[in-house]
Amino acid sequence: MDDLYREIIIDRYKNPQYRRTLVPSDISFEDDNPLCGDHIRIDLRLGPDGRVAEAGFDGHGCAISQASADLLMEAVLGKTLDELKALTRDDILEMLGIELGPVRLKCALLSLKVLKAGVYGLGEANDELVE
Amino acid sequence: MTAAVPAVSPLDVGRIRADFPVLQRMTRPGVPLVYLDSTATSQKPAAVIQAMEDFYRRSNANIHRGIHTLAEESTAAYELAREKTARFIGAPAARQIIFTRNTTESINLVAYAWGRANLRSGDVIILTEMEHHSNLVPWHMLAAEKALRLEFIPVTEEGLLDLDEYRRLLELGPKLVAFTHMSNVLGTINPAETIIRLAHEAGAVTLVDAAQSAPHFPVDVQTLDADFLAFSAHKMCGPTGIGVLYGRRELLEAMPPFLGGGDMIKRVHLRSFAPNDLPHKFEAGTPAIAEAIGLGAALDYLSAVGMEAVAAHEHALTTYALDRLAEVPGVRVFGPSAEHKGGVAAFTFPGVHPHDVAQILDEMGVAVRAGHHCAQPLHEKFGIPATTRASFYLYTTTDEIDRLVEGLYRVKEVFG
Repeated sequence: MDDLYREIIIDRYKNPQYRRTLVPSDISFEDDNPLCGDHIRIDLRLGPDGRVAEAGFDGHGCAISQASADLLMEAVLGKTLDELKALTRDDILEMLGIELGPVRLKCALLSLKVLKAGVYGLGEANDELVE
Repeated sequence: MTAAVPAVSPLDVGRIRADFPVLQRMTRPGVPLVYLDSTATSQKPAAVIQAMEDFYRRSNANIHRGIHTLAEESTAAYELAREKTARFIGAPAARQIIFTRNTTESINLVAYAWGRANLRSGDVIILTEMEHHSNLVPWHMLAAEKALRLEFIPVTEEGLLDLDEYRRLLELGPKLVAFTHMSNVLGTINPAETIIRLAHEAGAVTLVDAAQSAPHFPVDVQTLDADFLAFSAHKMCGPTGIGVLYGRRELLEAMPPFLGGGDMIKRVHLRSFAPNDLPHKFEAGTPAIAEAIGLGAALDYLSAVGMEAVAAHEHALTTYALDRLAEVPGVRVFGPSAEHKGGVAAFTFPGVHPHDVAQILDEMGVAVRAGHHCAQPLHEKFGIPATTRASFYLYTTTDEIDRLVEGLYRVKEVFG
């Protein structure tokens, strides 16, 4: 319990830093976690150098899905699209600082899945993006 | 599996038999079981029974949605079974493994989901004359619905597929070639790689019924280049109630779902739904969780023994059995020589119906199957109503084959 709900997760859930929609945006994508109905939308604006200048997420779900989205938005700032494509599930788990079983892992990785589907310009997100 | 392989088993069968509780029993006082019906269903090692019992005693919970510890453990165990299955048949990814009830349901899934979406009136499906009913009836049903044309690769007198005729049939431009990897009656091991290569050259999708091959010799879907491949757990030391469909990624992605319900959806609204990602798209409702775990344990067991060793053992037994059966006057074994044959011997006994043969053998503890073995068209082809079938697995011994032969002499005595 203590491990799963570390302070950073509760804090980011209650006081997200990047919860906002960006309209217009350069990249936007949204998707659900079918298992529990979590929903995440991500908007990115790119700078003239092609790096992420502004990032925002919106949606609803459990503390883990929303906190991981907030932390992810912080992490993507200043990165190129290629660097975003290279992000892995381990990066997310490192940010959260917790270990997760298969069910909660889906919650934690939803934002990365949405981000990658958006960056790759896919019509639909799939699990393979975050393996 | 060629004649060049010496007919010597690499297995310590005594040790293997000790792993199977049922093989220790008597069928009646003083009469030990001689189980020669593994083609119908195999016996189960203690490790499989234990894995399923442990699941129910320790972790039992529904999978995929739960947050609690038991649900996490159950989900992890179920998905681990999928990964083990992928590794066992060389599938590129676990998501290409769909759990079904059995081979039959796997083939029906392809017929309904792929067939309905991709086949049109007049399209040709090529099957073979040696198919099990499970790879005939789904296509009969679809053909009736969509006015499809079914063609059959003939079986030669020796029990092999006539590949020259197959090449001619391919000129019809079939959409699908669906065939058994190994006949459950003749024991014929079909040249699957060649059949698939020729089918692909003709632009057809392929489906391999691996119900009798996956349990008995190494099967690698990438070497075969199979588009779909189906098999059942219960014929390979696993439990009943769970089967496997492997599919090529692009085909599975493009297919509509099969059964509708929970777990196969991404979103559901009152008037619409969006299907889930693979493999869950094809797994509606609570699946056979304990059975998947049992399958995983069975694949661990077979992998530890080694499928090459299982195949070599069965080849040795088949060679021995064909020699011994040839000694019994009048017995006629169907199918090819041991070179092209897995561990199955289906035979007729002059003047005695297979049911009577099986009954007398049972009195001696020998379990065989009698009938048309869900391959009625094949029996019609050979002009016989039924056969008696003895089949072998990794736990079968040459002593047991001797008991079968003794039993056949007893049949001869009884019927004069």
